[in-house]
Amino acid sequence: MSTLAHVFEAAGIATIALGSVRKQIESTAPPRGLWCDFPLGRPLGKPGDPEFQHRVLAAAFALLGATEPVLAEFDEAITDDGAEMLACPLPPRHDPDAHPAVDEARGLRAAYDRGVEMSAGRFGAGRVVGADDIPAAIESFIRVAEGAAWKEAGIPGLPMRVAQDIRSYYETAAMAMVDHAPPAWAGTRWFYDQTETGKVMLAARTAMREQGAPQPMWFYLTPGDR
Amino acid sequence: MADSGIKALTEDLPAPDFETTAFTTPPPLSEATVAIVTTASLHHPDQDDFAPTDIGYRILDGSRRDYVTGHWSPNFDGAGFGYDMNTVFPLDRLDELAARGVIGRVADQHLAYAGNQFDLAGVRMDSGPAGAAWMREQGVDIALFTPV
Repeated sequence: MSTLAHVFEAAGIATIALGSVRKQIESTAPPRGLWCDFPLGRPLGKPGDPEFQHRVLAAAFALLGATEPVLAEFDEAITDDGAEMLACPLPPRHDPDAHPAVDEARGLRAAYDRGVEMSAGRFGAGRVVGADDIPAAIESFIRVAEGAAWKEAGIPGLPMRVAQDIRSYYETAAMAMVDHAPPAWAGTRWFYDQTETGKVMLAARTAMREQGAPQPMWFYLTPGDR
Repeated sequence: MADSGIKALTEDLPAPDFETTAFTTPPPLSEATVAIVTTASLHHPDQDDFAPTDIGYRILDGSRRDYVTGHWSPNFDGAGFGYDMNTVFPLDRLDELAARGVIGRVADQHLAYAGNQFDLAGVRMDSGPAGAAWMREQGVDIALFTPV
């Protein structure tokens, strides 16, 4: 992002770059940078909190008073402790003949549809796989986890993109089941640590790595530190 | 899994080297036209999604609110944007600032790129200058850059 800020500034547009990773914004040194120690994916800090977002913007626009390149730090951090997890109910078993992960995904469909409506369509599946096809996509990763060659398992697209649709399907459903802005990563942790499909995705990632799949193909199936 | 662990994976990535840092003095904020440039891969549903190596940009219409993110990386929280678009793309906040006279005007259109690119030369020499030139044509004085 800071590369773009340098380019736009050189074209005559004054820029202010918000950055969430301190070392990154220090090393890329945009003309005006504001380091906000917020979770990745939340550069304005707090969803649903206009007052807080206005504080961030005020700090950003204050940098326009600088007469030379400047890097400042926002005066409040939002720290993720790595532990907070959404408390979302999971559907009871419905179809005993279906894999538990597939059955679970089907059972979350109504919540998913509510989540899509809540987010005005901003959040959800659909990059590669739409909601109707999520159960089949999960089945392809079940096959990988159970030993099928990843290229022959029927993954319906670039594995990382399909995995992202599956995760987004679950996190969208979770958002509909809580009545507040979810803390950063709380839905993601719920997905990987509490759901049957989350376990499948972690197992499939391990299987792909052990099969010798190219690193980007398996690494980006989940957040990097999993 | 914690945010700090994921940040640690990215914080030492090589940084582009700029021999000098350009610096532009804008008009007073209360008279300036302000736009957002986000690297969150936002696009409208009727626009092409961003492929992982797509260094191009999409023009976002500020009169619409149907923005979706196509960012390929799993290394960010997407729920914040899902709950409130202003967490990433603070257009409502800019509109409020314009209504209060803090900023002169909010640009009619904004830009989205896909961050986390490896072809920084292409961004620097091609799509970056093209987007900046387009924004200059729109009369933009100040651009707020937001990542994910």
